[in-house]
Amino acid sequence: MADAQTASGRSIAGLLTARRGGASWHWTDVFTYVYLAFGVCLMFGPVLWLALSSFKTPAGLLEFPPTLLPLGQIEVEVDGHDKPLPLYKVTMEDGTVRELAQIRRIGIIAQMVDPNDPETSIRVPIASREPIREFRVAWENYTKPLERFNFLTYLNNSVIVTVVATLITLLINSMAAFGLAIYEFKGRNAVMLFVIGTLMIPITIILVPAYLVVTQLNMVNTLWAVILPGAATPTGVFLLRQYMLTLPRDLIEAARMDKASEWAIYWRIVLPLSLPAIAVLAIFSVMWRWNDFLWPLVVLNRSEVYTLQIGLNAFQGELDVQWHYVLAMTVVTLIPVALVFAFLQRFITTGIASTGMK
Amino acid sequence: MTEIILKDVRKAYGDVEVIHGIDLSIDSGKFVVFVGPSGCGKSTLLRIIAGLEGVTSGDVVIDGDVVNAQPASERGLAMVFQSYALYPHMSVYKNMAFGLENSKMPREEIEKRVNDAASMLQITPYLKRRPKALSGGQRQRVAIGRAIVRDPKAFLFDEPLSNLDAELRVAMRKELAGLHAKLGGTMIYVTHDQVEAMTLANTIVVLNAGRIEQVGAPLDLYNRPQNTFVAGFIGSPRMNLVDAAAEASDGRIELVTGPQRIAISSSIRITRSDKITFGARPEHIEIVDEKDADIAATVDLSEQLGGETYLYCTPEGMPQLTVHQLGQLPVHRGQEIHLRFDRAAMHLFDGDGRVIANGIPQ
Repeated sequence: MADAQTASGRSIAGLLTARRGGASWHWTDVFTYVYLAFGVCLMFGPVLWLALSSFKTPAGLLEFPPTLLPLGQIEVEVDGHDKPLPLYKVTMEDGTVRELAQIRRIGIIAQMVDPNDPETSIRVPIASREPIREFRVAWENYTKPLERFNFLTYLNNSVIVTVVATLITLLINSMAAFGLAIYEFKGRNAVMLFVIGTLMIPITIILVPAYLVVTQLNMVNTLWAVILPGAATPTGVFLLRQYMLTLPRDLIEAARMDKASEWAIYWRIVLPLSLPAIAVLAIFSVMWRWNDFLWPLVVLNRSEVYTLQIGLNAFQGELDVQWHYVLAMTVVTLIPVALVFAFLQRFITTGIASTGMK
Repeated sequence: MTEIILKDVRKAYGDVEVIHGIDLSIDSGKFVVFVGPSGCGKSTLLRIIAGLEGVTSGDVVIDGDVVNAQPASERGLAMVFQSYALYPHMSVYKNMAFGLENSKMPREEIEKRVNDAASMLQITPYLKRRPKALSGGQRQRVAIGRAIVRDPKAFLFDEPLSNLDAELRVAMRKELAGLHAKLGGTMIYVTHDQVEAMTLANTIVVLNAGRIEQVGAPLDLYNRPQNTFVAGFIGSPRMNLVDAAAEASDGRIELVTGPQRIAISSSIRITRSDKITFGARPEHIEIVDEKDADIAATVDLSEQLGGETYLYCTPEGMPQLTVHQLGQLPVHRGQEIHLRFDRAAMHLFDGDGRVIANGIPQ
């Protein structure tokens, strides 16, 4: 049955109700779906929550209990009032339910008015009223920061940092990996171990010395201060080196016989064949650079060189956090990483699909 | 035209010496085959000539220049690998052009050379394909083409046919022979298959455990093996080699093995008589009448191939002998037959395996 389905191409409905064979539901099918559903909630829940919340008004965000969808209270124009008034559903003392607009609230008593009868004001305890809401998207969470803050500058800086740093990372990491994978020399493994060993030193430990170096090089408040210090990553060297070790040695030797210089072997043979590993490292590097916070925060102090993450931090004042902007801009910053992942992820699963070896 | 000379070449990995002093001269334009069992150092020797491995001591001389310190890329040799080692990310054309691009040849010249080689090897229709879209035989041709376009001083082949199926191997073997006749370059070819060695070589170099056992023309090795190793290695099925003792009796020498006594002419000088080995190829053992026979044997197995017959039979007290006969023989299992060794094609070796005589007078 599964084969027949594969042959005819799977539809989404078919995929979502697939069973492990047989016509009836086995308990393992049920278990699998429950387990997978749990996984989906765990993975996508926070992202979905973030995306939905980013469309809420500041008031909607602070509401308790929180609502899942972005809702806004309906407001009506009432004669005799300059501003539109929020609309409530009020349970009166006699048990009838009426829709009233609130003029003002004093303690636990709300002064309300019927929009159809603006002359008479009614006093209602706040416990017996309930706001009337509709689904409303607060686009201004997105548009305002884009207009008011230097968002495009931050975006530009972030893109420059990510692209340039990733290119440099790929270049020098692959060169180091090439040296450690293709050449055999005494102490090769010791060097590799040393490179891996640097993984054990967290950035927070070397923050101050690294900052001093960057200061000495007059790079503070330039994007190079963000790009250069993290360009060589032990993870990247390790990843690429292990991949390059799997390349058939015959290919390298064939290239040597073909009069290829060492640079040509690296650039025209090893690098193209390592593309799957390079793509993986590229994805990692883009994610690291895009989400990098601590180091840019230390070396970038002027707003014109802020990256997005630092810019986001600016919405977070000492006393007041503009959550609606933070959430909206967080969604914006997620988009490029998600796109990069979507386009490069097929490389992750590709091995040397195109091997010319027997 | 290139002459390659090896002078006392030794190679050690750490403390383990794998090549124990090889002296060899490869004349210009010759097709030389290194043959030997796996692990005998033949591939290592080829890689030393190619420059992919260094020597521990000794000299590699190409056209009069000692090239020990020259990297592979500067020796001007071309190599065809067992795995073909085609660059998987390049088209066939690019694969063949890569070496030429590295030597900064003008584009038109590259194009001409690649196209010429492609048409010689009949791979022109595949020039745009990637190697993975080719069959084993086509890949093999591309690998050879990649060597040809370079117009190298010499061609090195490292077991190039071992990944092909039997039929294709025979076809490619013929093509390689034709290629050598056409190009006329010096070729060094490594194989463990002695049939390839016999059919392709001008000169065969038999290697064993890092030493040269014998160098010579194919039939020379076949007819006059210098030791038991070469005797056993060259020829298929292998030569029957029997351990025996030599005893003198009334003007003749008798080879004694178990209860069997085989009389041979006393004109052979045997210094140490207690332990010798005699050999006879399967085609040099005849089935005869009882009165002319050297030994009687029981047939264990007969392989009837139609045009020829192989008999595996055991004489009493001797190891199994292989007998080759032309035509179809009405022999069945368990039957007793009488065998005679053709004296003119018998080989005698001393206790150390060195030859005493190739062919014994009647």
